[in-house]
Parts: sequence; structure tokens; C-alpha cells
Amino acid sequence: MATTFEPGTELPELRVTPDRMTTIRYAGASGDFNPIHVDEDFARQVGLPGRILHGLWTMAQVARAQTEAAGGPHTLRRLSVQFRGMGVLEREIVVTSKVTTVADGIAHVDTEARQGDVKVVRRGEAELRLG
Amino acid sequence: MAVNADAVGKTYPPVLYAVGREKIKEFALATGETEPLYLDHEAARAAGYRDVVAPPMFAVVYSGAAVSPVMFDPEVGIDFALLVHGGQEFTWGPLVVAGDEIETTVLVKAISERGGNAFYVFESVSTNQDGHTVCVGTWSNVVRGA
Repeated sequence: MATTFEPGTELPELRVTPDRMTTIRYAGASGDFNPIHVDEDFARQVGLPGRILHGLWTMAQVARAQTEAAGGPHTLRRLSVQFRGMGVLEREIVVTSKVTTVADGIAHVDTEARQGDVKVVRRGEAELRLG
Repeated sequence: MAVNADAVGKTYPPVLYAVGREKIKEFALATGETEPLYLDHEAARAAGYRDVVAPPMFAVVYSGAAVSPVMFDPEVGIDFALLVHGGQEFTWGPLVVAGDEIETTVLVKAISERGGNAFYVFESVSTNQDGHTVCVGTWSNVVRGA
């Protein structure tokens, strides 16, 4: 772990491009088979551009960015996010994270996930256990 | 449509989830994780864990099993055609490891109406077999145009 956690530190970006099978695999792994994520025809019928990403899959990318930066799963104490934008398949997602405060061995981090101009996860707040 | 908030405060019987090694690996791979603690039980044991460790977001699996029935509760009355997952918060305690048995209880924390939308907030509390709280989740759902 090379990252030094101080206010203003930007954690390493996480870049990931969901492939066409991402929502199928995640539906099986998570148990969320909402047809807007797995059925192309249904998604279009309800006015979507096609199958869309699960918000919780995108949140998992935000969580992964934190645990990879801080050094493992035990480091993530809290993560809170808002879902507003719609995530689509086969387009790169970029997770960015910036430390706001560090106190008592806990780093508070502001984080978000963007896909192009769309903030698919916004107002993300993470608390990381350091050391 | 007026939002019915009668279900606020309602709790549900606990749901027990047995955490399996292959399920953790499946979830880790589906979310792009490469951390050996999630994928390789020998690496996890070498690091002092009994078996593979669940990524934090695996909370979706063990607590989601308890939240789904609440979302379909007619007393809560969610209109699925207009439903959006608005926000999510998890606070984690001790790590979950394959072989754990996680019990989750869910509470209807809030139902409100604002700007023509209805807001449904559920809280899940997940406890392991040793009585430790491994995760508290706050699930925020928005029903547009309610």
C-alpha cells in the first residue's frame, strides 16, 4: 500500500468496462434478476436504452476502489452512495476518490463513479480504517 | 396518490443465510475483484482467516435475502413499475467468512412523500453466529410520481 492518507489525497482511480455479460453474471451472483438488467426486450419496452447496470454492481466498484487503495476488505468501515444516473454496458466507468479528513485512524473519503458525463454513483462517502 | 406510512416501524422475522465458499467466489468474480482473500482459501488461511473472506459488498447477498420480501410486502405497498433504487449505505463490522451463518432482521424505517415522489427506507441488521453485528444496511427506494 503506497497511498498516504492525508486530506486532499486522491486515491488511485479504478477504471472498469462492464462487458455484455456483466449484468447476467451479477444477477446470478446477487440474486437480483430484475428484467431491466437481464432482458433486452423488456428494458427497451419500458423506455430504457437497453439492459442497464445494477446500481449495487456499480457501488461494488466504488467499494473495490476503496479496499484496493487502503489494503484489504477489513479497511472499509462504511460506504454510503446515491444512485441517480443510469449505467450502461460496454462503456468505461471511472471511480475517483479523494480523502477529506483523517482522524483517529479513520479516513473519510468522497467518492463517485462516472460513465462519460453521467455520474452513475454520486455523493459517495467512505470511511476507511487505516493502519 | 397519498403515501401510506402505516408500515413504518414494522419488523420482520429474521432470515438466516449460510455463507458458502463458492458463492463468495462467484460474487467476487462478478464484481471484478482480484483480491486473493476472496478467491483462494489457502491464501485466506495463510492470512489467518478460517476460509475465504467475503468482499464487503457481499452484504447485498446475505442481507438482500431479508430485504426482498419486505419490498414485496403489500402493507408497504411499493409500486414496482415506478421504482428506483435511490441510495444505499452499509456499515461493516467484523469480516464475513465462508462457513458463517448470518441472520438478518429488517425494519421499515421511514416512508415519506416529497416533491411528488414516495421514499421508502429500510434498515437491515446482520449478525453472525457469534452475535457480532457484521453489517447494518440502509436501503433507500424512490417511487417516482407517487
